[in-house]
Parts: sequence; C-alpha cells; structure tokens
Amino acid sequence: MTLDAQSASARPGGYSPVAVSRRDQFREWIDLHSGRLFIAPAVILILLFSIFPTIASLVIAVSRVRLSGEGFRFRFVGLQNFTKLFVGNDQIHFLGRFNEMSVVGWLLIVATVAWCGRWMWRQWQQGFTFIGFLGRLITISALIGLSIVLAGTALSGNPWGTLGTTMFYVVVGCSVQFAIGLGLAILCSQQIRGRNFFRVVFFIPMMITPLGVGYAFRMVADPTVGPFAPVWQWVGLGGFAWASDPWAARLFIIIGDSWQWIPFIFIVMLAALENVPRDHVEAAQVDGASGTQIFREITWPAIIPVAATVMLIRAIEAFKIVDLPNIMTSGGPGIATESMTLQAVFAWRSNDFGSSAAVAYLLLFVTVVLCASFFNFVVLKHIRKGDGA
Amino acid sequence: MTMKTPLLAGALCALTLAGSNLAYAQDKPFEGVTVNVMTRPGEVIARRLAERGVEFEALTGAKIVVNEVPFAELFQKIQTDWSTGTNSIDVGVLAAGWAVELDASGLIEDLTPYVAADPLINEADIAPYFREVNQKIGGATKLITVDGDFQMVYYRDDVLSAAGLSAPDTWEEYLANAKAVHGQDMNGDGEPDFGSCAFKKRNAQSYFAISTVAAGAVQSKGTAEGLFFDLTTMKPKINNAAWKAAFELYKATGEYGPPDEMNQDIGDTRALVKAGRCAQTIDWGDVGPLSIQPDATAIKDKMFAVMNPGWTSVLDPATGEMVPCDATTCPYAINGVNHSPFGAFGGWAGVVNAKSDQKVKDAAYGFLSYMNQAAQSNLDVTIGWTGYNPYRNSQLDDTKLWVDAGFSEAAAQNYLGAIKNSLNNPNMSSDMRIPGAQQYTGVILDTELSRYLAGEITVEEALANIEAAWEEVTEDFGRESQLELYAKSLGATNQ
Repeated sequence: MTLDAQSASARPGGYSPVAVSRRDQFREWIDLHSGRLFIAPAVILILLFSIFPTIASLVIAVSRVRLSGEGFRFRFVGLQNFTKLFVGNDQIHFLGRFNEMSVVGWLLIVATVAWCGRWMWRQWQQGFTFIGFLGRLITISALIGLSIVLAGTALSGNPWGTLGTTMFYVVVGCSVQFAIGLGLAILCSQQIRGRNFFRVVFFIPMMITPLGVGYAFRMVADPTVGPFAPVWQWVGLGGFAWASDPWAARLFIIIGDSWQWIPFIFIVMLAALENVPRDHVEAAQVDGASGTQIFREITWPAIIPVAATVMLIRAIEAFKIVDLPNIMTSGGPGIATESMTLQAVFAWRSNDFGSSAAVAYLLLFVTVVLCASFFNFVVLKHIRKGDGA
Repeated sequence: MTMKTPLLAGALCALTLAGSNLAYAQDKPFEGVTVNVMTRPGEVIARRLAERGVEFEALTGAKIVVNEVPFAELFQKIQTDWSTGTNSIDVGVLAAGWAVELDASGLIEDLTPYVAADPLINEADIAPYFREVNQKIGGATKLITVDGDFQMVYYRDDVLSAAGLSAPDTWEEYLANAKAVHGQDMNGDGEPDFGSCAFKKRNAQSYFAISTVAAGAVQSKGTAEGLFFDLTTMKPKINNAAWKAAFELYKATGEYGPPDEMNQDIGDTRALVKAGRCAQTIDWGDVGPLSIQPDATAIKDKMFAVMNPGWTSVLDPATGEMVPCDATTCPYAINGVNHSPFGAFGGWAGVVNAKSDQKVKDAAYGFLSYMNQAAQSNLDVTIGWTGYNPYRNSQLDDTKLWVDAGFSEAAAQNYLGAIKNSLNNPNMSSDMRIPGAQQYTGVILDTELSRYLAGEITVEEALANIEAAWEEVTEDFGRESQLELYAKSLGATNQ
C-alpha cells in the first residue's frame, strides 16, 4: 500500500475512493444532501408561487397597465407610480396633508432622531458589523420617516393618509387587543366557575368571517335604524353619526377588529399562562408576594416570548386590514378609515394596476421593516435575556 | 362575422318569440345553450333578469345564468374576463357609458344586424335619447337598453304645500325648502324627519348626484357643449366656480339630512324615502314606482317629481367664473333658470361578448331583446324594485300603464311629465362616455368629493386634485382619441 493509499483509507468511512463504485458514491452524495433534496420541492413551490408573483407585481408597479382586446398592455413608467404617492397627486391620499408643523410635531421628530442617534451610538460601541449596521440604518430610516408623517399630519392638526391610518390600526388596535386579550386570559386561568364555558365563548368571534363582523357592526351601530338607535337618542346622540366623524369611524373599526381578534390573543396567552411553572408561583405566595409582584416578577417574564410572538403575528395581520373598513365605512368619511390595503384594492378595482401594486409594495416594505425590527430588536432581545437569566 | 348569421339568428329569434307559448314550447332554437350574464347584485336589476331568464328558457331553451358581483367591481370583472380571453361571461348588463371602453378594445359584439332583423324590438318605440345615445357607439348599435336613467328631484308635495313652499326650481330653492321643513315629523311616527336625503357615501353613487347638482351651473349651451371637458383641448372643465358652487351646495344639503348621510348609499336613502322621512331627494326614476310599493304607503301619491333644478347664473368657460343668466349666456333657460337634466349612468344596458360562440351570441341577443321588448319592459318599468325606469315612448306617453300599476292619475302625469321634460330638454347633459369613464368619475371625482364632504380638504383642493388626476387619465388614454370620442358622445339629444 502506498502512502497515498494509506492516507486515503484513513479518511472517515475507511474506504479508498479507488475502491468505491460510482453507485456507492452516488448513495453517499444522496446521504450527504438528503436534507436539501427533501426540502427542494417545497423551496421550488415557494419560488414559483411566492417569489414569482412578487417579481411579477414589481414589474406591474413600474408599469402602466391597460386591458385591451389582446390582454394586458404594459408601458414602463419607471418609479412614477411610487413618486405619485410621495410627491404627486396621491401624496395627500397616501401620506396626508402637510401644512405647518406644530411644536409637538417638531418635538417628536427631534426626539425620534435623538433616540435613533443614541441607539446607533450604543450599538456602535458594542461592535460593528456591516449587516447589523445596514439593518439598523433601514429601521432608523423607517422610524424617522414615520415620525415625520405622524408629526406633519396628525400632530399638526392635518388629515393623515392611508399610511397613518394603517399604523393607527396596527399600533392602537394591537395594543388594545393585547391588553384585553391578556386580561381575559388571566381571568380564565384562575379557578373560577364556568371558565371552560367562557373559554369557548371568547373564542367564537375569531371563527366568524370578517365580512360578517363588518356587516354586523355596521348594522348594530346604525344610529338611525339600528337596534341601539333608541339608546343613541336617549343619551342625546341621535344627531351624531359615527360614520361621519373620522375619529369615531376609526374607533368603531378598532372595536370591530378587536372583537374579532381578541380571542386569538386570548387563546395563545391562556396557553402561555397555563405553562407558567406552578411551583414558582406557589413559592412566591408562600414568601408573601402580592399578586402584582408575582405577575411582574414571575408570570410576565415567563410569557414575554409568547406575548412578543403573538403581537408580531397580530401586527402582520393588522397591517393587511381591509374587510372591516371596506364594509363598515367604505374607507370613509373621506379617506379617514382607508387602510393601505384598501387603497390598493380600490386602485385595482378601477384597473389602475400599477398604482395598486405600488401601494402593495410600500405596504410590504413597511410591514417587513417594522416587523423584522420588532423581532430582532425586541423579541430576540427578550429571548436572549431570558436565556442569559 | 358575416351579416348572414345575425340575420338568420334575428329572424329565428323573432319567429320563435312572435308566436304563442305553445309555439315556443314546440320550437326551442337555443336548446342546450347557456348564457352567462353578469350584473350588479341584489333585487335591483339582477332579480328581474333572473326571472325573465326563466321565462326565456321556457320559450327558447336557452339557460340564462345571472352572476351577481358588487357594483364597484362590475366593470373591472367584465373587462378582465373578456380582455384576458377567459370569456366565462357572455353578457354584461352594465352602465351604458362603460361600454365605450370595452368597444374601443373590440370586446363587444355589433348588434346592428341583429336589431335590423328583429321586428319585435320595435326600435322606433325607444325614446330617441336612449336609442341613439345609449345604445349606439360610433353609429352602430352595441347595447340593448333595459333601463332608462337620468336623475331628477323628488319632493313631498304634502309637506312642502303645508309649509307654503313649492317644488324647487333652482338648487338654492332646494336648499331653502330643506331648511324650512327639516325636523318636521313627515310620517306621523313622532320622530323629526329630514329636509333633504342625498346619498353621500364613498364608493357608491354620490358622484352622479354631484354631477346632477353641477349640470345646470356648468352646461348652458346645449347638450353638445358637454359637462366635463373642453371640446377643443380636452382640458377638464371642473376647476371653476360652477363646480365649486355645486360642491358647496351638495355639502350644505347634509345639514338638513340624516345624521349618517355620509355613510348612506342610494339603497339607504331610498329606505328613508319610502318610510316617509324625506321632504326632498335626488334620485333616478325609481322613486316613482317605489312609491306605490306596499312598504311605501307613507309616500303613495305624495312623492312628486320635478326636472333637475337649475341655476340662475352659469359658468363662463373663458374666465372660470359664474355669470348671470341672460339670452346669451343661457339660451335654453326657462324663466331665467338654466336647467340641465343629467343623464346619470345612462341606464342599465346589455352588451354581448364578441368572443362568445355564435350560438351563444344569438341566444344572448335574443334574451336582451326579450328584456327590452314592450311586452316585458312595459310591465317591468312600473315595478319599483326592478330598478328599471321607462325608456320607451309607449311607457312615457300613456298613463294607463302606471295607473294600472297603482299610481293615481295625477301622480302618473307628474312622474311622466318630469321625465319627458328632462328627456326633451335641449340642454340635457350626457354622462361621460369615453374610455376611463369609471376612473374619471367613479374613482377620482368620487374620492375627492368624499374627502371634501368629510372636511379633509377644501373645495379648492378637491377641484384642483380632480383636474390634475383627470389630466393624468387623459394623457394615459391619449388626448386626441379621448377628445374625438368625447365630442362624438355629445351629439344626440331626444329631439
């Protein structure tokens, strides 16, 4: 045996490559790559059904599309569909109206910029990686952009556009839903009579189609012919129509959305609460800890990963809200309740496919940046902290 | 397609439909053929199509399937189906004006030879406005009308008379009437009712109502002047004092309307009208037949109609300002008031998919003809829930149809008189009948109007936004071709 042959036989497996047949080599290759091979069909399907439409819609977003007798006709217009939303005719529709900036608005912008600068500086001190820097830069850009929109519109007394409305549904809606959902979960995790009954009852709204929820809330809240019309009259609100007031209309949509989605948060948080180690809680009780202390020091840290994940999932869904504003107010009064998805739907419905795709892309960008930032900088941070503890 | 096939089909259809029911049963020329129809959902329009479809199937063997989609998606769904070659729909029953865009892409069948070979449709009986404007594109018959549409104002004769008021002749009078009677109990239920009910919901029909209000202020030189664009430049004729006045007046009607009017569409408004809660309203011809329905006893023989109120000053296109009416500025004024009845929507009409099989096209035309023929439509237009309004001379000239349906003689005369006054007005304004019509009005005008009504933007901003967005659409479709089609669409009147 030569030295080469000796070294070859010493390789893992103990076979000489000279002695291994092509068939065995192929089997070995299959063994080595079986993981990739098994996952390949799924990846190909995702590429076909997810990535391809994403690219196709990007083509539409940079085109003017018309329907003709021969099908779709595309005309490349560059970024025109996007610029229209930021500085063109649709600026007020998408971003809102910017007149004079209020002092509160300026303060918000300054505070956001200062917070972002401080955050970047601290991250810099902890160590620089290009990918990390790029990710934080995108997050900061999105945050500053959103703060400018918020400061220039709502905080300065100007009407906001579909971007602001969508953010309102996400931030306010999800917060309210989380607070109530968690509260109900805590209640139902106690040893109270009929808790199984309430668990089922609380879960029912989630199984109703959003269209049904929209119609139901619209009818129930109708101040003229709805079942509560006499109540409206009795409390002196007979002349008030929630659908004609931007804030009341948004509030009613949040109520409808919450009614539907609280059960989701409730059921997940209930599962998380029931997984909190009982011995920890009992030990704290023996030590004389109050209910608030037990929640703050034991329960909350234990459920934070689940809470963050459920909020992430809920936020992704909330960014896409369309059914309720469409059914309850048709986006009105004016565009006060129109979400970005609804804006895209309306544009698509009038065969303005390019504008529709552009809005959809911007929604994708906002959703991905904010949700990825939330996951990276909030969820993972807490999980790592938990692991460290 | 040769001329021979539609002639044969028309003759076959005529022969089949001309006989007795026994004859239909013996000869079913469209046995085994299925015609897919797409239209708006609900009782209005769709229900009668389905009911008449059952009759038509019994007579000819053709199965009529009525597919209902939301109003706001109707045009898009038909256009997409036909443009992409899906062709699952054979007949679209839609707004007459929308068909122009379909025709520009060669998607709809020329029905001229079918009509020529069809004695039962009796075209001479169709009022000239609907026959020559609604049914024809470029001189060829491309649509079959099933409904005649334009908007009028309806008023409660008993309520206004009791208050010493008369039918509004101008929009200022409409507003004054509304203010005077708002808050009165008009149906005896003890609740205060409304001086005006004018639907204002977004993505519904408010863009028709605003055009009705604006028409008399904008157009004064006759139908051929046009309501929406300058006929030499195709520049929008919207960012001016006349549309501004119309926007402001329309918004002001809300002060005397239901509290949630901003979220009410035509259906919601009609429910209030039928309940006797509205002293005045803007609507198509439907309110007349609706007032004799069993659930509308509160307004039976009380809801009278009047031609679209006018304005005493009109737009001077050169300056964009309004000038007082005189013989020069308002040549068609009546007692110093310039009226311009607005052919809102133009009426529901059927178009046939040019790519459908020949046998299906024959059956599709036969069905549309069946709907249109006086034997059917003279009954259908007297029933409120159908959504079909009169468009035949035989429906407009004889009150007997209407009295038999439940009108009093006085109410029938008032209703038909208002319609005929509107139809015969030489200054009647046409709805937009050019490619992109739905985007110009149903999206852009509707959105900006809604935002103005909600107080999000000023009227000046709304009009400037509309002007800029309309220009974009015009450039997109091509200014020259749009101008040519727009000018052509304004040519005919009922004279």
